[in-house]
Amino acid sequence: MTYLVLIIGFLLLVLIGAAIYAVYQRDLLYAVIATGIISLVLTALFYILQAPDVALTEAAIGVALTTIIFIITIKNTVRFEDESDKNNQQKPKTE
Amino acid sequence: MKKTIVILLLAAFGYFLAITFLDPDFEKDRNRNGVKNVYLEKTVSELKTANTVTAIVVNFRGFDTLGEVTVLFLAASALGSILFKKRHHVGERSITLPASSIVSTGAKLLFPAIILLGVYVFVHGHLTPGGGFQGGTIIATGFLLMLISYRNFSISHNILSVIESLAGILFVVIGLMGFINGGTFLQNFMPTGTLNNLFSGGIIPIIYILVGFKVATELTGLIYTILHEKG
Repeated sequence: MTYLVLIIGFLLLVLIGAAIYAVYQRDLLYAVIATGIISLVLTALFYILQAPDVALTEAAIGVALTTIIFIITIKNTVRFEDESDKNNQQKPKTE
Repeated sequence: MKKTIVILLLAAFGYFLAITFLDPDFEKDRNRNGVKNVYLEKTVSELKTANTVTAIVVNFRGFDTLGEVTVLFLAASALGSILFKKRHHVGERSITLPASSIVSTGAKLLFPAIILLGVYVFVHGHLTPGGGFQGGTIIATGFLLMLISYRNFSISHNILSVIESLAGILFVVIGLMGFINGGTFLQNFMPTGTLNNLFSGGIIPIIYILVGFKVATELTGLIYTILHEKG
C-alpha cells in the first residue's frame, strides 16, 4: 500500500511539473510534448487506480492522436508563441 | 500576475489531488444501496457479460453511447466541411519532409500488429477492458503512422464514409430491433450464451464492433483530411 502511495505521489508530481512546463514554455513543440507526457502519466494513474478502460482511451487519444494533431498544426502554422522568441531558430513557413 | 494565478490554481488543484489520493476512502460506501448493485448483479446474471463497464456503456446506457458517436460524427463532418474548400490538389500533403528509412520500415513492421491489437480490443470488448472507442482509436493510430511515414499511402475517402455511415445505421437498426422485440430501445433480443465466452452477451459485442468500425473510420478520415489540407 505504501509503495502504491509513493508511486502515485511521484506520478502526480511529474504531472504537475509537466503542466507547469507546458504553460511556461514558449516553444510550442516542447509544450505539446509536455502535454503528451501529461497524458502518459495520466494513463499510468488511471491504470493504478483500477480504471483500465479509461487508461486505454487516454493512451490512444491523449498520447498519440492529440499530440500528432497538434504537431501537424504547429507544422502548418508557427512554432513559437512570440516572434521575438525565435532567436536563430528555423523560420516558420511564410506562405 | 496571470502566471501567479495559474500557479496558485495549479497548486490548489495538486493539493486536493494529493489529499484525495493519499487517503483513499474507497471502501467506505461499499454497502450503501444504489443503482450500482443492480448493474453488478444484472450484468452477470442476465446479460452474461464479463466486463461491467461495457455492459453499462453499451446496454444500460446504450442511448448515451449513440449520442457520443453522433457527437464524434458531427465534429468530424464539421472539420471536413471547413477544410473542404482548401483541398484542391489531392495527394499533396502539408508535411513535406520525407520520413527516414528507419521510421518507414518500423511503421511497415508495426502497422499489422497495431491493426490486430485494435481489432482484438474491440472484439473482446465484453470480456476484457477496452471496447469500440479504444479499439477504433488504436486502429486510427496505425493508419496515422502509415500516413505520416509514406507519402504515397492513400485511403479512399469514399470507402471510409460508406463504412462509417453503414456502422452508424446498423447501430440504430439494432436498437430499433430491440424496440420491436423487447419493448425498449437497445433491448437485448439475442441469446446471451455463457459467461466469459467470446460469443456471449447478446447484442453487446455486435454493437461494440460497429462502434469500433465507426470510430476507426471517422478518426482515420479526420487525420486524412487534416494531413491533406493545403496550408
